[in-house]
Amino acid sequence: MHPVVRWFHQLGSPPYFERFAARWAPIAYIAGLLVMAYGLYGALFVVPADYQQGDSFRILYIHVPSAWMSMAAFALMALYAAIALIWRIKLCEILAMACAPVGAAFTLITLATGSIWGKPMWGTWWDWDPRLTTELILLFLYLGVIGLYNAIDDRRNASRAAGLLAIVGVALLPVIHYSVTWWNSLHQGQTISLFGTSHMDPSMLPPLWAMVIGTHLWFVGSLLARARADNLRRETGKDWVARLAEPRA
Amino acid sequence: MIRSAAKALMIRDLRLIWRRRGDALQPALFALLVVVLFALALGGEARELAKVAAAVLWLAVLLAGLLALDTLFRGDADDGSLEQWLLAPVPLAWLVLVRTSMHWATTALPLLVATPFLAELLHLPHEQLPVLLASLALGTPLLSLLGAVVAALTVGMRRSGILIALLALPLYVPILVFGAGSVAAAGQGLDPVGALLLLGAGLVLALVLAPLAAAAAIRIALD
Repeated sequence: MHPVVRWFHQLGSPPYFERFAARWAPIAYIAGLLVMAYGLYGALFVVPADYQQGDSFRILYIHVPSAWMSMAAFALMALYAAIALIWRIKLCEILAMACAPVGAAFTLITLATGSIWGKPMWGTWWDWDPRLTTELILLFLYLGVIGLYNAIDDRRNASRAAGLLAIVGVALLPVIHYSVTWWNSLHQGQTISLFGTSHMDPSMLPPLWAMVIGTHLWFVGSLLARARADNLRRETGKDWVARLAEPRA
Repeated sequence: MIRSAAKALMIRDLRLIWRRRGDALQPALFALLVVVLFALALGGEARELAKVAAAVLWLAVLLAGLLALDTLFRGDADDGSLEQWLLAPVPLAWLVLVRTSMHWATTALPLLVATPFLAELLHLPHEQLPVLLASLALGTPLLSLLGAVVAALTVGMRRSGILIALLALPLYVPILVFGAGSVAAAGQGLDPVGALLLLGAGLVLALVLAPLAAAAAIRIALD
């Protein structure tokens, strides 16, 4: 067997995943923190103030990466859920369900920072703009997945039911987004785009990319840590878990 | 085989509804009460009401359908008929589709019939009524089909309660947007056909995909 394929198959085994996650979760956390520290320093001190928005545009360096992350996490959750439903890989069920709370947190950060940004820029905390509405619905979908997962007693059934909901949600999200876009165009309200027509100055970009990479690393760390805990909980009573709990000789 | 199974299921569902005729009226009564509450809360002035009439009617129908969702598979899950569905020699998705259409015919269709009366209570401008009825005729089956997926997901639970609403409402957003949007467009003198066509397209897509998703959810719930 090809080594990469073999590694992939091994990763599906709970004890192997435990060792993998225990090694890589802290590394992803620390790397994410370092990259985000660099990005935040650049965003707060190096990058010049925007000529229109002044200093308040700097919240973009948190807002945009977490917005991207919130959507990527949902897509990843649906992908894991599809793998779990098709090939019945237990670990993918765990990973899909571990995506949900992290993704929901990023969605909440996106909404909160967007509101804080909106108040000085648009003069309002909230507007029924397509992007805002879609992000809000995304939060509800995350909460629905988490709620369904917690409402069913059997863990495997719960993760498969919630995973199916995630797949339905990911299929409907573009529809929701475009429905709101067209609906608002009927109302011919003001169209606010987050970036406006002005493109960003090249000097503003490196901290943004650092923040994007940093949030992704942080997400990977969180995902592994959560999946590891869930994995151990589900395998309680197995020999290898009992051996882990024993004090090292 | 497929036809006789559908016929048997339809006759059984109709008989059950007929034996408990009072229950079938409940969604329409609920919608009426929602309309009354909205009218009282908004002050009851005809001009004010006419502006929001279409949105209120759409919400009343949507909420009434939401409350009826839990009964879609609940009875069959409790008495074990749902397990017989799994064992039946016809595809599960087909039975789900038949059941969902019967459920729509007994809960949403009475609402559609009652809509002109409810519209009169809210002083909906008469020229908007055909658009409202068309949007509801296309939209309510779509609500039922998406709702069937959610109801199937929660069928394994003893009591789904408010969870079913939390799961279904985000998925209902586009239907509400196009449905209420089409009437709003007609009210502004714009062409409502675009939104109605999109609702129709969504209905065709959901007719094919939603029963499959609901069948998968039932299999998970009864696993």
